[in-house]
Amino acid sequence: MGVSESFFGDRFNITERDLERYLDEALSRGGDYADLYFEYLATSNIAMDESIVKSATQGVSLGIGVRVISGERTGYAYSDDLSPEKILHAARVAACIAAAPSQVEKVPLQEGPRRNLYPVITAPTETAFLDRVDLVKRADKCARDFDPRVFQVQASYADSLRHVMVATSDGVLNFDRQPMARLNVRALAKQEGGPPQSGHAGGGGRVSLDFFLNEKTPEHFATEAARQAIVQLDAVEAPAGEMTVVLGAGWPGILLHEAVGHGLEADFNRKGTSAFSGRIGQKVASELCTVVDDGTIRSRRGSLNLDDEGAMTQRNVLIENGILRGYLQDKLSSRITKSPQTGSGRRESYAHIPMPRMTNTFMLAGQSDPADIIRSVPRGLYCANFGGGQVDITSGNFVFSASESYLIEDGKLTRPVRNATLIGNGPESLQHVSMVGSNLELDEGMGVCGKEGQSVPVGVGMPTIKIDKMTVGGTA
Amino acid sequence: MTDLAADIIKKALAAGATDAECTISEGEEFSASVRMRELETLKEAGSRGVGLRILIGKRTGSAYTSDFSKSGIELMVKSARELADVTTEDPHLGLPDPSELGSLPGDLALYCSDVAQLETPFKIAQAMEAEAAALDYDPRITNSEGGSFDNNLSRTVFANSRGFVGEYRTSSCSLSAVPVAREGESMERDYWFSLARSFSGLEKAADIGKIAAQRAVRRLGAVKMETQKVPVVFEPRTARSLLGNIFEAVHGESIYRQASFLAGKLGQKIASEKLTVIDDGTLPGLFGTSPFDDEGVPTRRTVVIDKGVLKSYLMNTYTARKLGMKTTGSAARGITGNAGIGHGNLFMERGDKSAEDIIKSIPNGFYVTELMGFGINIVTGDYSRGATGLWIRNGELAFAVSEVTIAGNLINMLQDLEYIGSDLEFRGSTAAPTLCIREMTVGGK
Repeated sequence: MGVSESFFGDRFNITERDLERYLDEALSRGGDYADLYFEYLATSNIAMDESIVKSATQGVSLGIGVRVISGERTGYAYSDDLSPEKILHAARVAACIAAAPSQVEKVPLQEGPRRNLYPVITAPTETAFLDRVDLVKRADKCARDFDPRVFQVQASYADSLRHVMVATSDGVLNFDRQPMARLNVRALAKQEGGPPQSGHAGGGGRVSLDFFLNEKTPEHFATEAARQAIVQLDAVEAPAGEMTVVLGAGWPGILLHEAVGHGLEADFNRKGTSAFSGRIGQKVASELCTVVDDGTIRSRRGSLNLDDEGAMTQRNVLIENGILRGYLQDKLSSRITKSPQTGSGRRESYAHIPMPRMTNTFMLAGQSDPADIIRSVPRGLYCANFGGGQVDITSGNFVFSASESYLIEDGKLTRPVRNATLIGNGPESLQHVSMVGSNLELDEGMGVCGKEGQSVPVGVGMPTIKIDKMTVGGTA
Repeated sequence: MTDLAADIIKKALAAGATDAECTISEGEEFSASVRMRELETLKEAGSRGVGLRILIGKRTGSAYTSDFSKSGIELMVKSARELADVTTEDPHLGLPDPSELGSLPGDLALYCSDVAQLETPFKIAQAMEAEAAALDYDPRITNSEGGSFDNNLSRTVFANSRGFVGEYRTSSCSLSAVPVAREGESMERDYWFSLARSFSGLEKAADIGKIAAQRAVRRLGAVKMETQKVPVVFEPRTARSLLGNIFEAVHGESIYRQASFLAGKLGQKIASEKLTVIDDGTLPGLFGTSPFDDEGVPTRRTVVIDKGVLKSYLMNTYTARKLGMKTTGSAARGITGNAGIGHGNLFMERGDKSAEDIIKSIPNGFYVTELMGFGINIVTGDYSRGATGLWIRNGELAFAVSEVTIAGNLINMLQDLEYIGSDLEFRGSTAAPTLCIREMTVGGK
């Protein structure tokens, strides 16, 4: 479309000549590479609590980040003012990192190939506010009607529309328009003689508002949140110690995100600080496990047409039949290690430096019938839903918190158990995967991944799997 | 900027608001990081934002922008005005009473000019020195995620339609090191940092590196323990997280929703009589200090738990009205939206036993130096987290332990606080000394 027809050309009169000038300024003190990231972000939030729409917020933030790379060094500056003087100033500040005269031959900007993984004509952020308010009202009503024991419901809705433009000294020029929406419901239930219990559900993606009217309705999320709260009312203490654990399909794929995903980000591996460093070609999981990170799935929360360095996202095989195949690369790591980029350079906003991140991370389907997997366990734990997780990439230890799980006794699900953390070690845990179900599911679209203070939306997915040995952190 | 805030309030009232609140925030950040004795990253920039919340009777709407132009401000006022029509009437909505508004007098030592005067080469040298001290400490420190020096300067302005206009500046700087230790197949990292309002308040770079290295080395060769019930000791760094759990449990929103295990327990004994928890937003120079909260109410000292008895929740104006109480000056928000709740300097009063004496008194137990994950349910108090640390054998820190969980329930854990250490120090806005809980389940082999 060209810079002048782009969002930033149209709205801020930025031309291709301007971009060339800013890149020249960024490389004026030397350096091997420079890039510009323009961002315009509009957001909306609605929150309902006690059946009252208590808050509604909308706003706009915009800015540009300028980066200069010189060897392994990075200089970064940003401005929330898109005037030429402010951008040139930011370019000069970022340029300070370079110590020697420029070696680089600047490549003329050339617009990259275009595709649209999220063909949303009217983004949720551009719709009538009342239509969006209706979503939380419907969720609130449905969760309360689900069961008389439900006594508190919080429903919230958030959307955003991000316009980005990336221009780099190696000739990349790319544009994207990134919509996002998410609906969340939290329900509290109680019954006589016991403490209250909570349930939570949510989802969305890079979708239009129709998604919540036709595919995953407010009633879907409300029912799920209320159901989880009711199930927990009868939960018993969780067991403690090593046991067989069966993870359900979908969101439990957060296991992969924590156990292997972070450990395979190229920055840690280039520096040799990950438990997976230097292990490409080695067996890090049972041969039943193939794990991919795929940023190209239509409408998904973790998907992107291009990463935040202007590179096309792609499907990256991380583990193939148990063998470690590759790392997730950003521009800096791929330059230093002379590896191909994988479209994994992401950042929270114009004020943040890109780094290798996941998109949608999941395990491919296996052969087993999910019902057979549970039937095969004489005694263990079945985890259907999780809260968040965390990993120490150096030791490889990771945790994730089960929010809905059941005891398995003689091959049958029996009693629900209370929240418990599961802990394992990345390069070891997946070696104990002994069955993989045929039922691959992706999560419903509510994941947020944090790394070094930067949050980005991600997706996860998994079929039902059986892990023969994992430590469960209960009390019983 | 105070004039701009007052002007925005006027525009909001002219657009039909019955009340309005405006926040303007401006900040500058600097960060230098080094790795393996080489400069790795330099980042420097400034940004600002303005937010508006309006009330029309008992309805509210909010908006924000980073565009300070006349049209940007007008769009923000219009957006907030429109949103007030989509929210529902809420009988408890409203600004603080004018009599509650105000700002603490005197210098709270939140801004120190030495931070702005530091030169970039000096800041890089500080990061280099912290990392070098870690790398040089022990031959088993073979790698590093680096050393870094960061500083921030900020200015916050708040105004409302009841006549409040206030402003304060803050400065902060921090220095950290993250070494990686290796011995055989075992690889571990740890960190240490110092954070202060002034450069002169930072710990010495060499000490930060050395402590980080000591912490990384002592984690080497960690084993997984058998599942068992034992006394668990939290060092100050992990004990602070328990204080964070207590904060969430006395959070006014969780209380009125009955979403906390402490809801309805005011005046009851909810913890060991050894435990006193105080929230104080008035202590000069600290990170939880400010002259007024994010609704323009002066900060204060609130006794949350007194010798085991729950004395006060932490509330903003809205949650206080819901509960029929008074705000504790705990309103917190970004630049826009309804005020949430934050704490000032939240700390446990120190006990009389040294950390050493606490460890000495334990024949078999777990000393926790790092916690992982989010396995805490404030509704029920259920507590289950990943843990790393050292095993206590016959009163000594004997060997490293990792890949285990610790589990219990906060209701019992607070009652079972057996010892509270004397080693209280502020590092950020929460502070807790070494704590010992009589018994928790360690989940392992």
